[in-house]
Amino acid sequence: MSSTSPRDVVVLGGNRTPFARSGGKYLAASNQDLLTAALDGLVARYALQGERIGEVAAGAVIKHSRDFNLTREAVLGSHLAATTPAYDIQQACGTGLEAAILTSNKIALGQIDSAIAGGADTTSDAPLALNDDLRRALMKANYAKTPQQRLAALATVRPSQLVPEQPANSEPRTGLSMGDHMAITAKEWGITREAQDELTVRSHQGLAASYDRGFQDDLVTSYLGLSRDQNLRPDSSVEKLAKLKPVFGKGEGATMTAGNSTPLTDGASAVLLGSREWADSKGLQPLARFVDAETAAVDYVSGAEGLLMAPAYAIARLLERNNLTLQDFDFYEIHEAFASTVLCTLAAFESEEFCRDRLGLDGALGSIDRDRLNVNGSSLAAGHPFAATGGRIVASLAKALHEKGSGRGLISVCAAGGQGVVAILEATK
Amino acid sequence: MTDTYANFVNQGFGKSVAGQLGLPRPARLRRFERGQDLVAGPVAVGAVRPGPVTESIRATLAAASAEVVTAEADATYSAKLGAVIVDATTARTIDDLEVVRGILAPAVKALGKSGRVVVLGADPAGAESVEGAAVQQSLEGLTRSIGKELRAGGTANLLRLDEDAQRDPSVLAGPLRFFASSRSAYVSGQPLTINGATLAADTDPEQPFAGQVAVVTGAARGIGADIARVFARGGAHVVVVDIPAAGQPLSEVANEIGGTALQLDITSAEAGTRIAEVVARRADKLDVIVHNAGITRDKLFVNTDAERWSSVLDVNLRAELAINQTLLDDSLAGGLRDGGRIVGVASISGIGGNRGQANYAASKAGVIGAVRHEGVHLRARGITVNAVAPGFIETAMTSKIPLATREVGRRLNSLIQGGLPIDVGEAIAFLAEPGSAGVTGQVLRVCGQSQLGA
Repeated sequence: MSSTSPRDVVVLGGNRTPFARSGGKYLAASNQDLLTAALDGLVARYALQGERIGEVAAGAVIKHSRDFNLTREAVLGSHLAATTPAYDIQQACGTGLEAAILTSNKIALGQIDSAIAGGADTTSDAPLALNDDLRRALMKANYAKTPQQRLAALATVRPSQLVPEQPANSEPRTGLSMGDHMAITAKEWGITREAQDELTVRSHQGLAASYDRGFQDDLVTSYLGLSRDQNLRPDSSVEKLAKLKPVFGKGEGATMTAGNSTPLTDGASAVLLGSREWADSKGLQPLARFVDAETAAVDYVSGAEGLLMAPAYAIARLLERNNLTLQDFDFYEIHEAFASTVLCTLAAFESEEFCRDRLGLDGALGSIDRDRLNVNGSSLAAGHPFAATGGRIVASLAKALHEKGSGRGLISVCAAGGQGVVAILEATK
Repeated sequence: MTDTYANFVNQGFGKSVAGQLGLPRPARLRRFERGQDLVAGPVAVGAVRPGPVTESIRATLAAASAEVVTAEADATYSAKLGAVIVDATTARTIDDLEVVRGILAPAVKALGKSGRVVVLGADPAGAESVEGAAVQQSLEGLTRSIGKELRAGGTANLLRLDEDAQRDPSVLAGPLRFFASSRSAYVSGQPLTINGATLAADTDPEQPFAGQVAVVTGAARGIGADIARVFARGGAHVVVVDIPAAGQPLSEVANEIGGTALQLDITSAEAGTRIAEVVARRADKLDVIVHNAGITRDKLFVNTDAERWSSVLDVNLRAELAINQTLLDDSLAGGLRDGGRIVGVASISGIGGNRGQANYAASKAGVIGAVRHEGVHLRARGITVNAVAPGFIETAMTSKIPLATREVGRRLNSLIQGGLPIDVGEAIAFLAEPGSAGVTGQVLRVCGQSQLGA
């Protein structure tokens, strides 16, 4: 396969809401509200009012049944032309990046000239499902033909059934939460608490500095009284983080705390993509070229691989296809689902054994320059509204490449279900 | 935001009470609506000695399809007049003033609601005799006094034409249209000088900014949002600028008017270039920049520390000068074009001072100084630089002023009410119009002829 696209796809800009802590400022906002806000901010930034965009692809991971057509509804509620088609996708935390990949491919093939990729998630407005037994009783009553049958059906309802099913942040096939899975992997790779806390502090400092120097001015639009990410702690320090108790993993070796794990967050993001011709026609300056992408999945159910290790496999394949080494990048955006996820991934790249036995390479992919890693902060500081993360990273990396004026960036996003979504961007000339 | 008193005395029970008690009744001002006639009734036009300026007045009114009647001494008018316009540019003697009185008095008496008095004079500084200078200055006292006597939303203003403008009065058309129309609802008692200038090709008065790009700072809410709306109404693509924290309301304004939102701290070093970059997406050059962004940090002067002082000066004055300097670079893509417009927002506080606002008044007076200086220096490039000085405007900010102080602010003007943000927007748009090429280096008060700083 060739990595050169039939047609160049460029990242033109992005927008997102500030990310709010779950149960925080966006308590009253739905996925649709958030996605509409992200779209409208993008429309305002690039004067796209009334424009028909090729298509809008976005999604949400935690979704109400009423949100069956979430993205199209958000488009209709935005200032985009009502003639803009839209669809929903869902690949857990990879949703936003996958949306960018899908739409980029369509642009590359000439099927569309422009696209918006995005995502929204809110755990504050999570759908609560009825207890299955209660739901069955109600359905039975609904289909009853006589009042007696209806009464009989309803009579089976017990008070205990009135407690709704809690949305669980756990893997259906293992029953373990993502954090517990990650704790196992972190232990396997011997990732220390200190290393995780240090990475966390750097994330907070990087994001805070990016806000202070105005880097986020054209990436974020305030929403419902929030103008910066609520999880951001500019004064975070290793000393402060050291005081937190572990929340994932068990016993002496537990290293993962609420500080070095990304908390549940609400927010939405959107990225504007287009062909170079479309960008020219709008007077928009390309920030970066969307070069190539890859996805991978691992068998975490049997325990053969860690739940969040799939990006390593995807990256290995992506590098090979593009004749690149791991060191050929100026920026690395490795999604900080947990600090330990990033550190495990880096450790895996450095491991001869892992790269040879699992990735099928001749030797280790090697180390990366840590000064190029998540330079403007990432999920630990910004928060991680699942489907919104990809859009945040793509826009932010594209802008960083544009600022630098040259070079390449690697994106790595891990996702539930043992999946990984990765991509390469490069600065446009 | 609402003037409860004015609402009360203008309807039903309140109206009769106010009538019996002789309370002042602020009139509902006539304001711009699409498709509205230029003036609400016939226009009486008179002259001390008819000349080219008088002809220009008649031509402007004819182009706007206004009914014109002749204003003469002892004339009687069968209908309520929409406006009276007197050409007193040739007034040289004290006896000429009697002619002005004779023409104006019956017409002013016949003015209808939101009637307009526009007196055209000459620049006293250019007079050939002491009597000529005195007489031209007399027109200002006369106009200001009439402004204070008018009722029912009437305004009176003086337009001074320099010698070039008297020779080629085509440059008068734009200003005359503004002062005769409802767009000048809250402008009264003001003298404005019009210089000779080369006008661009005819523009559509309904769409004066068609094809233009305008930048408005501080546009997320209040006066700035309304300024942006007026420019969009006139056909401009408006780049609305505000601080990132105001992003949500800013994007709402941009989406409402089909403009571009630019989140920017105007005090940052790269503010000018960032503005130019966004403009360059739309056009080679910028047509208009409106410096509306401003902050207050009120405190008695003796208690104002360096931080309170500099924060206000930095936003209200330093940023404006720095951004202008960047945009005036000839070679900059998206910079201000020759023939472009710069409009600042000053304040009557910057003219008269205000207790507890030394920093604010200093910054706004600074804007006035800058406008006067740049106006002169940029004439060669056809760029005009002006400012408006709002008085009491009904905004979210002024609604927070304590009731008694707010009522004083509202009533101490000839129109006995506060202005609306749109009034400031209309005045700024007027100064930025192609037809205002002859107006530069000046400060136009939008204050209902406020006593403050008068």
